[in-house]
Amino acid sequence: MIVAIASGKGGTGKTTVAVNLALSMSADVQLLDCDVEAPNAHLFLRPRIDSSDTAGIPVPIVDPERCNGCGECSQLCQYNAIVTLRSGAMVFPELCHGCGGCIRVCPEGAISEKLRPIGVVEQGRTGRVRLLQGRLNVGESLAPPLIRAVRSHAASGTVVLIDAPPGTSCPMISAVRGCDLVILVTEPTPFGLNDLALAVEAVRALGIPCGVVVNRTGTGDHRVHEYCAAQGLEIMLEIPDDRRIAEAYARGLTLVEAVPEIRPLFAGLAARIEAMAAMKSVRSVQKDGVHASLRVPV
Amino acid sequence: MKVVVTATGEGLDSELDPRFGRASSFILFDTETGDTKAVDNSGGVQAAQGAGVQAAEVVSRLGAECVVTGHCGPKAFRALQAAGIEVYTGASGTVSEAVEQLKAGTLERAAAPDVGGHWA
Repeated sequence: MIVAIASGKGGTGKTTVAVNLALSMSADVQLLDCDVEAPNAHLFLRPRIDSSDTAGIPVPIVDPERCNGCGECSQLCQYNAIVTLRSGAMVFPELCHGCGGCIRVCPEGAISEKLRPIGVVEQGRTGRVRLLQGRLNVGESLAPPLIRAVRSHAASGTVVLIDAPPGTSCPMISAVRGCDLVILVTEPTPFGLNDLALAVEAVRALGIPCGVVVNRTGTGDHRVHEYCAAQGLEIMLEIPDDRRIAEAYARGLTLVEAVPEIRPLFAGLAARIEAMAAMKSVRSVQKDGVHASLRVPV
Repeated sequence: MKVVVTATGEGLDSELDPRFGRASSFILFDTETGDTKAVDNSGGVQAAQGAGVQAAEVVSRLGAECVVTGHCGPKAFRALQAAGIEVYTGASGTVSEAVEQLKAGTLERAAAPDVGGHWA
């Protein structure tokens, strides 16, 4: 059971929801911090990092002895990452998306590939929470391959929570595609509503069921609630606007440790997700033994 | 010598385009025969990325020995250098004026890119 916590707008509370939900589970849980440009769940979970693996994308290397300058590779490349000059094919690794197409079309077998590091996947544990996070190297622009690398570690026997990057572009899609449920965190403001609607469209286009968490309830207006009612979107949790929450967050504390009356709210949502996971595993065993959607495309 | 000048139009009297990778067109000019040929660069204008790199590929395919333009960024410069094509930056006016500047020796051959990527 993979649940992505996403949002259109940044700063609505994705990490807050993901971390507190993870800490409220009754069994082992994985939390994948896929906001690889700014992973921050570790600030609240403070795990001991026990492994760190380099992740990268395969980029082409041209053997000048075998390249005859035919240009098949550069014709195929949509990113101008490989061009054919009078001197032969030349690679610009920083433009390469790692599709491997040039290698396949080269009639001379002149192109091989090597991994160009773009970041690391780090793992650590805090109690029942196994945290995995991607950390994109400074200056890199390609987040999706690293997000896929983080997701390739998703376990099949436990609940997996994904802290997704904000927005509705490629990184967000890479983080939520193939999940069983997306929880969209928003705030009851016009900006929050605008970006929630964009995120709902994106998630529906992917065919994934979604629910909403409204953060800082009590501020703003009623339009997010009206939108959810009109769209048939369940508001799964509302987090009140409370100064103690902001203060705890600013100190790097979790809500479940700092604000006692928040605990039952997250415990209730966590229990629902665990129940869904149990139902799902029963169904998938009945069906064909392994549920296809639990496997992450790499 | 075959020269490519970056241009905003298709003739010798059109204005030089100061951008290399995203120039509207390339005018190929043969200084010995006076032959000219205009090549459309809409591929470069519309490229999501790597416009300069693909422009270098076009220039290389045209058989040019040097490029006369306004500015040249780092990746385009690397590609042109690898293809053995000389780069002259800082040209202005019309295409034919830029060719005259080259012939008169008033343009300096670029030893390095003169702008960063995505400068315009």
